[in-house]
Parts: sequence; structure tokens; C-alpha cells
Amino acid sequence: MGAGRYNALALLRGAITGHRHWGRAWRAAEPRGPYDVIIIGGGGHGLSTAYYLAKVHGIRRVAVVEKGYIGGGNTGRNTTIVRSNYRQAPLQSLFEYSLKLWHGLSDELNYNVMFSPRGALFLGHSDADMARLAERGDAMIANGLDADLIGRDEVARLVPLLDMSPDARWPIEGGLIQRRGGTARHDAVAWGFARAADSLGVDIIENCEVTGFLREGNRVTGVRTTRGDIAAGRTGICVAGNSGHVAGLAGIKLPIESHTLQAWVTEPVKPMIDTVVMSQTLHCYFSQSDKGGMVGGGDPDFFPSYAQRGAPIRLEDSIAQSIALAPALSRLRMVRSWAGVTDMSFDGSPIIDELPLDGLYLNGGWCYGGFKATPGSGSVYAHLLATGQSHPLAAPFYLNRFADGRTIDEVGSGPMPQSR
Amino acid sequence: MLLIPCPHCGPRNQEEFAYERTLDSVVRLNDAPELAIATLYARANPRGQEHEIWSHTCGQWLRLTRDRISHAIHSVEPL
Repeated sequence: MGAGRYNALALLRGAITGHRHWGRAWRAAEPRGPYDVIIIGGGGHGLSTAYYLAKVHGIRRVAVVEKGYIGGGNTGRNTTIVRSNYRQAPLQSLFEYSLKLWHGLSDELNYNVMFSPRGALFLGHSDADMARLAERGDAMIANGLDADLIGRDEVARLVPLLDMSPDARWPIEGGLIQRRGGTARHDAVAWGFARAADSLGVDIIENCEVTGFLREGNRVTGVRTTRGDIAAGRTGICVAGNSGHVAGLAGIKLPIESHTLQAWVTEPVKPMIDTVVMSQTLHCYFSQSDKGGMVGGGDPDFFPSYAQRGAPIRLEDSIAQSIALAPALSRLRMVRSWAGVTDMSFDGSPIIDELPLDGLYLNGGWCYGGFKATPGSGSVYAHLLATGQSHPLAAPFYLNRFADGRTIDEVGSGPMPQSR
Repeated sequence: MLLIPCPHCGPRNQEEFAYERTLDSVVRLNDAPELAIATLYARANPRGQEHEIWSHTCGQWLRLTRDRISHAIHSVEPL
């Protein structure tokens, strides 16, 4: 650890010495197996898994192998929204557990992840929308989560940016707000977990792509990589977006398809909105980053792809709907759009379980909801990798639930890759 | 954007088409339950070429062989 603990005194010292004392935040580790646990995938979920393995379970011979650089996949491509406002109890419990971890995460990691609980607002545009939001809010309250069903006037007061005029493109009747939801700085989450895990002895090995698995009969004993073979007691796949590909290296087919999801950001401007606005009816959502850019997204591209680029038609849809809701957005220049590869599971919920091979585990299928789960996902996955037993919060998300008819299907649309 | 050659209409914009499922995920009526479940849920999801079923708004069903990284369409046949 080059710079030691981050605090105000270190910052002050830097002000005098020209900030030349800051060292690397984590080591550039070389593979040096055997490890107790290897985690494939250096995104937020993989790094937080490594952190909790070392911190909570005392397992420090841990390696995170990443094909590129850490946080370079979906961790760096999402729209940074954090919330737990789901309708079904297993999803509520898992995401609420994660949300509670978010609230203390900067202190826990000694790294500012810029978590900002600014409120996550679902808009309702019709009586039917409001009935659906009320049902969701009731389900949340019944499970101990906070949810406020608010009327049109309260929405107008919270988000003056929205077009509430009589001739607005979309009427707004009200909304459902989770006030403890918000946004976080996505890169900082990866970096914070990497630094904290590294300080506990975890090896973070970048530019190291897994090309196969080491096997002894039905047991996986490590990974083949572009930097040589690495042996491990347990191997955890944590590569959402590429779960199908990596599981395929072990000859396993998953109830997952990889689809493209796009996002966009405008030039940075002064604060114009301090809430996360989402419309499940219009399929768009937007918020303002701390740098000032308006960040938004919408529907997926609706066909399987690993390309990390999307079609302009979907981008146009989400921007058109966002501008219809907040006409002021039309005055901003879009500076960038991009796409990520999402792990679309067949009930819209994640899969956290041991795979049919001994010693091989999976944490994937997060669809579009992965970022918000980063700390919670790592915590329950670390429990599985350390003990071989599912954490109670992760138990409903077992692999064979599809065969058992115990899908956790938030939308209720059956066995197809799902978005929400 | 994909330009998909519909066997009935010729090359048309991607927006007129819908991806339905992979060719190997169609459940037959007399499949045993285990096979039906595997067919319904398990996907190879390759980072490469896959055979897929798409539909066009004209009513035509298509069998597409497509690369999931380059988006190149290798063959289209009526289904």
C-alpha cells in the first residue's frame, strides 16, 4: 500500500508536497498459485467478493483474474443507479441488503465511492401505472422497505425539470419514490474494493484471460489463462455479460443470453436535477452525475450480442422519451453513448450457485440490475465460496429453480430473457 | 444496425424484425420433461456464430445464421 490510509491529514500533506507521495492503490500482482479461491472477473462484483472473502471469512489466498483492466466491463458502463424497490420478496431482500451496505461503504473501504442517496423515483403516467406502483410500494412496505407513493404536485416539487404542462407529451399522475436510493461513482466502487481487497492480501491479476478450466474428473481444480495455469481449491465465475461464454469453457449451458444495453451522457452542466427519474412505462431513465452530465438509458437491443455496441434506434427511443419528459434536455449536447453486454437470465433474476462441476461456482444473470447489487452480491457470493453453502439471501437464486418452477419472475413473462 | 435480407421482401431495416429464440430451443410436443426444460432454458450463448429464429413484420419466419460479435449475417433462409 503506497499511500496508507486515506484521510484529511494525508491530503493536507499532499498539498504541501505537491501530491507526489501517493502510491499505487493496489499491487500489479503476478499469478502465484495455488489459491484457496480464484475469482474470474475483476468487475465490481468479483472485487467485492474477494474483499468479503478476505475480510469476513479470513480467506486471504485469493486471486481475482481479469481479462482486461478492472472495472472495464459493465462496472464502467452502467448508469450508476442504486435502489431496492422490487416487488418480489427474494429480490427485495437481496437488493435491500446491498443498499444497506452501500450506505456505509465509503467508510468500510476507506475510499469515497460517492454514494449519493438522492432518491429513486418511478413515474406513473396513468391510473393503471399508479395502481401498479401502489402495489409495488405496498409489497415493499410489507417487507420493511421504505416506499412513498406521491402525487402529481409532489413530483412537480421534487423534479421541476419535468414537463407538467397541460399539453405535455406524457401526463404525469404521480410516482413511487425510494428516498434511500440514489447513485454512486461506478469506477470508484471497483477501485475502492480493489484497494481494500489488495490490502488484505488478495492478488488482483489484470490482462489475464481465462481460456479453460483445469479438471480432475468432475472437479475443477483451477483455470487455464493467457498467463499460464493457476490452481485453486474453488473457482468462482463472476463475469456477468460473459457468463455464457465462460461457463461454455467448462461445457455448461446456462439459462442466460447476452444482450446489449446502451446508455448516453450529455455535456456537463450546473445542477438541474437531484433525483433519479425512471419510467418503466416509457422505458427510459435519467439522472445527473456529480460531474454534471445528464446520464440516461432505456431499452435493450432485444437480440443476443457480445458486441458492446448498440443500434441507434434504441438510443433514439430512450433519448426521445427522456426529452418528452424533460424538454430542457433537448438543449444539451450528447457527448458520448456506449453499450454493455448484459447477462439476461430467463426470469430476470440473478443466479448465485454451485455449477454441476465440483468446485465451480457462478454469480451471474444480473440482467440490467447488477451495479446496485455490487456489495451485496460480493458478500453473499463470498459466503458461498467460503462455506460451500448458499447464504440465506442467495438461496432462492439457485440454478435449478427453472426446472423446479421456482422462478423469481418480477415481470411474469415466462421463459425468455427479461429486462426488469 | 442490421440490414436483414427477408426471403419475401428483400433487405429490410432491423427495426422491422424481431429476434424470437435460438434454433435449438424449440420444444417438440412429445419431448420428455427433462429434455423440454433443457431446450427451454439452457443456451450455448456462444461468443461467435449461432443459428437463430427471427420473424419479420410481413409474417415471414427466418432462420438466421449470425455472428454475435461482428453482427455479420452469414445466411438467411425461410423457416
